[in-house]
Amino acid sequence: MNRRNFLKGVSGGLVLGGASLALPRMPLAMPVSMGPSALPAGTLDASFLDALPGKKPLIKRTFRPPNYETPVAYFNDLYTPNDAFFVRYHIVNIPEVAAESWKLRIGGEALQKPMELSLDDLKRDFERVELPALCMCAGNRRGLFQPHVPGIEWGNGAMGNARWVGVRLRDVLNKAGVRKEALEVVFDGADSGIAAYKTPDFVKSLPMWKALDENTLIAFEMNGAPLPHWNGFPARLVVPGWAATYWVKQLMSIDVIAKPFEGFWMKPAYRIPIGKFPNVDRFITQETAVNTPITDTVVNSLITNIEEGQRFRPGQPVEVKGVAWDGGYGIRTVEVSVDEGQSWRPATLGQDVGRFSWRQWSYRFKPARRGKVTVMAKASNRIGQTQTAELILNPAGYHHNLIQKAAIQVG
Amino acid sequence: MKCLLLLVLLPVTAVAADEGQFRLKEGAGRNLVESNCAVCHSLDYIQMNSPFLDKKGWEATLSKMVNAMGAPIPKDDVPLIVEYLNQQYGK
Repeated sequence: MNRRNFLKGVSGGLVLGGASLALPRMPLAMPVSMGPSALPAGTLDASFLDALPGKKPLIKRTFRPPNYETPVAYFNDLYTPNDAFFVRYHIVNIPEVAAESWKLRIGGEALQKPMELSLDDLKRDFERVELPALCMCAGNRRGLFQPHVPGIEWGNGAMGNARWVGVRLRDVLNKAGVRKEALEVVFDGADSGIAAYKTPDFVKSLPMWKALDENTLIAFEMNGAPLPHWNGFPARLVVPGWAATYWVKQLMSIDVIAKPFEGFWMKPAYRIPIGKFPNVDRFITQETAVNTPITDTVVNSLITNIEEGQRFRPGQPVEVKGVAWDGGYGIRTVEVSVDEGQSWRPATLGQDVGRFSWRQWSYRFKPARRGKVTVMAKASNRIGQTQTAELILNPAGYHHNLIQKAAIQVG
Repeated sequence: MKCLLLLVLLPVTAVAADEGQFRLKEGAGRNLVESNCAVCHSLDYIQMNSPFLDKKGWEATLSKMVNAMGAPIPKDDVPLIVEYLNQQYGK
């Protein structure tokens, strides 16, 4: 272990623990943990705080393409600031897109009237819609899978909650006229791979029913401001309840097609085994006998204000805070256990700002004894789904929704 | 508290620059890995994915890079790259 990593270790365990209660609204005034200790050792070693242009220092997982994770302390707020929002790219060429010259091309063989829309056209010709929604990478917590699986080894911070403003994709498609043979809608962003090597371009598709859902948006604002470059300026797709892999950034074209889209990032990438997860939403035109594209997010929670091993004085009340979310049914309860799961008590839920947003929660208790106490959190949604007690293994490390645990030290 | 903060933050800012500062471990084959892999991605991808892949795991990664992602790695270099990755970043 070199000096830098030793110091990072100190910062994760002791310093943040002591400071987090005193400075709850200044998450980065203090050193930041590089993630749970269960992440691969090499991940923790290669990670540090680094600021992309226009961004606050975030946890750098990889430089190029840029993959930067939001420190969990930011998740103590309902909305994640734009300049602290996580960054995830698959391929290396990420151009700056100028809003004035940007044109969104709408086409495809199953569309009646192909068209091009400027940012002004979008804002002027369609109803403005605002929607709070959680944007979470399919691979959030991949680094916590045991055994580890290759990929971006995310901890808990490949997600963020924001108020998105844009127009309904449905309104745009209806204006262009969808033919009855339409099967999928294909989305391409401005990013590209290295052409000489034929790196597969990052292109995604949605089933017609999800594309036409009233909550699926072409968004141009986030938390009251234009999208940051790294989060999709000038416009991106917002697919509430579904993994962020579909939330195509720097949207350049939308094609309505009459056959299943074939592209690396739809197949074989971003797949889960059939029948292992309790997902409701299906993407039937993309299913095979053994796997399916990832769709809706499974019910989940996170403890946001406690560091592993944080110390509390005996008799001192402990306030546990966190967030809980699902694929858009809405959170019904969050329960907390402080006796290794023998008994569970309901947490207090925060304001409900919409079923696609995460829900804040809190729970206060006085530890009955000294020593190590494990705080556990478990969310359930309105269709009766709950977090799993045993990790559901899958090759790409998706849908990590284990019951959450944070060990504290009393005395 | 303040002293401790400074102490902890300084080394972080010192390294927060660019990918050129990241160095792979010394070992036979490092140059080959640098010249082949860094064309398309920063080399921290390798350390991030360690140490949990065995030789088969690194072979599968190389195969994905060449066959799916189009990495222009000469066929003869592949076993040498796998050997380096397994020696230096294997489980």
